[in-house]
Amino acid sequence: MKKTRAIVITGNGTNCEAEAAHACRLGGFDEAVIAHIAEILSGEIRLDDFHFLNLTGGFLDGDDLGSAKAQANRLKHAGVAGTGEKLVEQFTRFIAAGKLILGVCNGFQLMVKMGMLPGFDGDCLTQRTTLTFNDCGRFQDRWVYLKADPASPSVFTRGIGRGIYLPMRHGEGKFLCDGTATLERIEREHLAVLKYSGPDYGAATMEFPLNPNGAQHAIAGLCDPTGRLMGLMPHPEAFVHYTHHPRWTREELPEEGDGLKLFRNAAEYVREHLLV
Amino acid sequence: MAHRIEAALKESVRDARGERIKREIGHFLHLPVDEVRTIDVYTVDAPLTQEELQQAAAGPFSDPVIQEWSIDRPLAAGFDFAVEVGFRPGVTDNVGRTAREAVEYLTGRPFAAGEGVYYSVQYLLKGAFGVSDVERIATGLLCNTLIQRYSVLSAADFMARRGYSPLVPKVLADIKTEVREIDLNVSDAELLRISKEGVLALTLEEMRIIQAHYRDPRVVAERAKVGLGAGPTDVELECLAQTWSEHCKHKIFSGTVQYEDEQGNTQEIKSLFKSFIQRTTKDVRAKLGDRDFCLSVFKDNAGVIRFNDRQSLVFKVETHNSPSALDPYGGALTGIVGVNRDPFGTGQGAKLIFNTDVFCFADPFYEKPLPTRLLHPRRIYEGVVEGVEHGGNKSGIPTVNGSLVFDERFAGKPLVFCGTAGIMPLEINGKPGYEKSIQPGDLIVMTGGRIGKDGIHGATFSSEELNENSPVTAVQIGDPITQKRMFDFLIRARDKALYRFITDNGAGGLSSSVGEMAGECGGCRMDLAKAPLKYPGLNPWEILISEAQERMSLAVPPERINEFLAMAARFGVEATVLGEFTGNGVFHVLYDGRTVAWLPMAFMHEGLPPMQLRAKWEPPRHDEPAVEVKGDYSDDLTALLSSLNICSKESVVRRYDHEVQGGSVVKPFIGVDNDGPSDAAVVRPILDSFEGVVTAHGICPRYSDIDTYHMTANAIDEALRNYVAVGGSLGLVAGLDNFCWCDPVLSEKNPDGPYKMAQLVRSNQALYDICMAYNLPLISGKDSMKNDFYDGSTKISIPPTLLFSVIGKIEDARKAVTMDVKRPGDIVYLLGKTGDELGGSEYFALKGAIGNKVPLVDTGRSYRRYQAYHQAVMQGVVASCHDLSDGGLAVAAAESAFAGGYGISLDLSQVLWKGDVAGRSDAPLLFSESASRHLVTVHPDKRDEFESVMSGNCFASIGVVTAEPVLAIFGLNGAAVVRAGLAELKEAWQKTLREL
Repeated sequence: MKKTRAIVITGNGTNCEAEAAHACRLGGFDEAVIAHIAEILSGEIRLDDFHFLNLTGGFLDGDDLGSAKAQANRLKHAGVAGTGEKLVEQFTRFIAAGKLILGVCNGFQLMVKMGMLPGFDGDCLTQRTTLTFNDCGRFQDRWVYLKADPASPSVFTRGIGRGIYLPMRHGEGKFLCDGTATLERIEREHLAVLKYSGPDYGAATMEFPLNPNGAQHAIAGLCDPTGRLMGLMPHPEAFVHYTHHPRWTREELPEEGDGLKLFRNAAEYVREHLLV
Repeated sequence: MAHRIEAALKESVRDARGERIKREIGHFLHLPVDEVRTIDVYTVDAPLTQEELQQAAAGPFSDPVIQEWSIDRPLAAGFDFAVEVGFRPGVTDNVGRTAREAVEYLTGRPFAAGEGVYYSVQYLLKGAFGVSDVERIATGLLCNTLIQRYSVLSAADFMARRGYSPLVPKVLADIKTEVREIDLNVSDAELLRISKEGVLALTLEEMRIIQAHYRDPRVVAERAKVGLGAGPTDVELECLAQTWSEHCKHKIFSGTVQYEDEQGNTQEIKSLFKSFIQRTTKDVRAKLGDRDFCLSVFKDNAGVIRFNDRQSLVFKVETHNSPSALDPYGGALTGIVGVNRDPFGTGQGAKLIFNTDVFCFADPFYEKPLPTRLLHPRRIYEGVVEGVEHGGNKSGIPTVNGSLVFDERFAGKPLVFCGTAGIMPLEINGKPGYEKSIQPGDLIVMTGGRIGKDGIHGATFSSEELNENSPVTAVQIGDPITQKRMFDFLIRARDKALYRFITDNGAGGLSSSVGEMAGECGGCRMDLAKAPLKYPGLNPWEILISEAQERMSLAVPPERINEFLAMAARFGVEATVLGEFTGNGVFHVLYDGRTVAWLPMAFMHEGLPPMQLRAKWEPPRHDEPAVEVKGDYSDDLTALLSSLNICSKESVVRRYDHEVQGGSVVKPFIGVDNDGPSDAAVVRPILDSFEGVVTAHGICPRYSDIDTYHMTANAIDEALRNYVAVGGSLGLVAGLDNFCWCDPVLSEKNPDGPYKMAQLVRSNQALYDICMAYNLPLISGKDSMKNDFYDGSTKISIPPTLLFSVIGKIEDARKAVTMDVKRPGDIVYLLGKTGDELGGSEYFALKGAIGNKVPLVDTGRSYRRYQAYHQAVMQGVVASCHDLSDGGLAVAAAESAFAGGYGISLDLSQVLWKGDVAGRSDAPLLFSESASRHLVTVHPDKRDEFESVMSGNCFASIGVVTAEPVLAIFGLNGAAVVRAGLAELKEAWQKTLREL
């Protein structure tokens, strides 16, 4: 029987690879491989052998040129040893093959800065949006309520009811578009999958700290029109068990955390569509 | 020719960095400012084509959505003054390094030697101020002139010069690698001058020992054989100074002390370290017998204990005080990334699982004049907090526990404690993970960062008091990403058995790391000319002792070296073979094949006789303030909640990622609004297991004003009771001691040395007594003994401070308990007795007093009670538990109540009292800081079970959780002595540091 295979890229400052791989396994992937970028650039590991790519949290290159900028540059220009191809070609081939990519926090920043999101019209290399410094001017670690858009094409959020509760941990999470046309299209096509809201998952909010960074339209997560590429600032891999919840000692909670749903959906999608 | 690439935010985009500077200008300097905007400047000193420059500017250097860019053309407009701030030559420039790598990826060409990219920030200020105001802003806020340079231009000057011209802060030094021979056949005065001017921190006695060594005819003859003269080379003298520094050698802790107590009894103590610290561990381990869980103590960079059948825990806490006083950001950043290397360099190498931070500062709102050279406490606060934020967050290690402690005397030197724990397999490649060895013939390999002049004399300078001439080079800036890359590589190399020994390059640089490694096998031969340098022009002695960061030293078997180096190259990590280990008993250093140091290992490591120290204990007597008797203490309670030592530190804690790695169980802030203060942290380092690691700490320097014995006893008890509160097991818990003292060595400028030394002796006595009673082996620690400021007129000495950290286990993390009350109707218990012990309390501090009746720890009773309580936690009958410390019962009750969102009603007449009943009154019942107490809530259904588990121990039901959001405390006469709404109490607790 064929196996569902997830890959988590690490190296140069990625920090959440272990828990992302753990979430993939809990979510139902048969395999979750943590691959150092050096092993991909050396050709030892190829993206083509996987179904689900995790670009996860951290501080790529220290976010020294702005979050994830240096890695975006590296992925676009670095070559894979012994193949004559650039790494970016593995990415575009992966996307063209209808596979899944989830960017979390620094990974979302990377997707946005490479242009993988919002990925209008299949163009995954033109940057139209960004994630920049929080309005409060500081890194923040706090939990946020994320209202889900039920009409979104995202395969990751299927079946999520009104919303999910997750931790955010970033200094550069303020979502901005290059203009109103981009923002309008994102809204029109329901690509803003998750928005910061109050505990009732009602209206989106611009109020700190519910909206911890001042993101435009309170956008916390974004997908491409196919729904197969998604990024979000909060960390789904950091809430897969009730003990992750900040109030687990005082609330009756189900065994599984809200974030696990994204990985379950990914595994299910892979089994249904990519294992042929 | 160098080019300037500028990236500026588009006009419509909010400049969060600029807004923060604007706020700080108003807050710190009280100057009116209309606007601050910022521009990123990359000075590219490399031959790039115009097209390549444009690609760099439009690509990695700018964000097209929010920024615009220019090349060699200023973007600044609409400002009154511009200030550009960049690093001085040779200072670590992380952004510059990343920018350079980005250009290399773009062009596909590596930079040549001497080429580089340099980062600076341009601040554009708008407001009605003059040049002198702007100078104040530049030097007071934007720039630390020790490590950075700045340039101010008025708008008119800026226009006239067409902005700034490119400035390349390249290190320019003569390329002469000089080795001097030093003549030690000189007078004592001259010996002292050599030590002082060279920042060697060697005493006259030590200089004489070195002098005698070099006069020994056998030494002279041996030296002649390797082509060295009779005097020491500068390399040798510097190496000895590092090895023998207080920082590396712990001379005070290993010295011989003549101690006299208050009754005139005298005692000779040969080494405090051996007599108290090592003995504690030895005796506790003997007492534990086959329940002993220690694996490696004191001999490695960090302590190692068993966690389960497959894994061990590794923990180390360090201080980085002196560098943080000079450059708070760089000093603290280096502190955290530096301590990361300790567990990483323990045994065969550990995966890092959490950080802890404790900072001791003066009041950030301090308004009195300060001696020159001392930075304002607020600047130290901001810089340290940010340095640890960047160091911890970027390294991907959660910061799970910590404190901020305030006392005016920390203006003289802030204390920056940074801890890191790791997890390591019990067995790696078939050998115990916590052991390592070196064999003669193994290669000396250095990995990670390159060597520069940064951090030269760090070890020796921190062994002296801070003074006006403290060296600039002692400060380093850490680079978490270079270190992370190195760790990513080394942990994989560990699992492939590519090296045999690993250790950290910290204080003293290669002289310490390779010097200690050479001690393992009996010698080494190393050529400094092979070491990779950040820039040319370093003399051999500088290469040997530089404390440039992000480096590990390893012993690699010759048959694995090719694989090791190839893997390093693939992971983008620099690794260099510097020589080999030998067994000939000599620390042999060459430069380009020529011998520059030839030191017998025995002399290096054992040549120094123990220091002789005097200690005389005279208990201080403070005024005993009359305890105010009044009908309502609500205002005292709110004032305590707002005091710096008690108030919420959430504005700082939220800046630290405490959840990365996905194992967070008990977070720093909990409760109905996620804002109640946790007693301890619980994390799950193995994600598919529910075994938890618990960590906590205790620190109470205020009690040192009365007696350091009790300061220490209370610090240890506080650490353990915090640990116990969340559910930590008493069967597997170990301690770490970090002493930060003021200079205890008698000298002309330190006439009260014997008193401070006696304080140190008493602290050590308590350490032994309490740890023995609590079955707490000490597994690691550190001392920092010169925490004084002296500029010739003003002397500021810190209060003697012990940070006691504990690490242990909770078998099932799902049983952990938090401090927030859970439901109305739950019964409130106070475990332990309260006494008239307001001496050194926050309550007395509020009234401007110290007092004398310091809390006394009764270890026998508390230990039994802690065991019973733990049983109650394991049986699941505890709803909440909060430790009582600063501010006593009233503060603990307020915190538990507002964290849980329900009121508490307490009756002080039910509180168990100890000692003289004459002292029993409302104020001490409310605010006394008597040790070993917990405030526990229990659901009424569990009452019988809880009371039965606790039976035979001191505990009492003293109240109930209420639906009404009010804290009501009834005094001995039955009337309410505290009545306050939770919102009001919480606001008092949160407001003090909220905006910082």
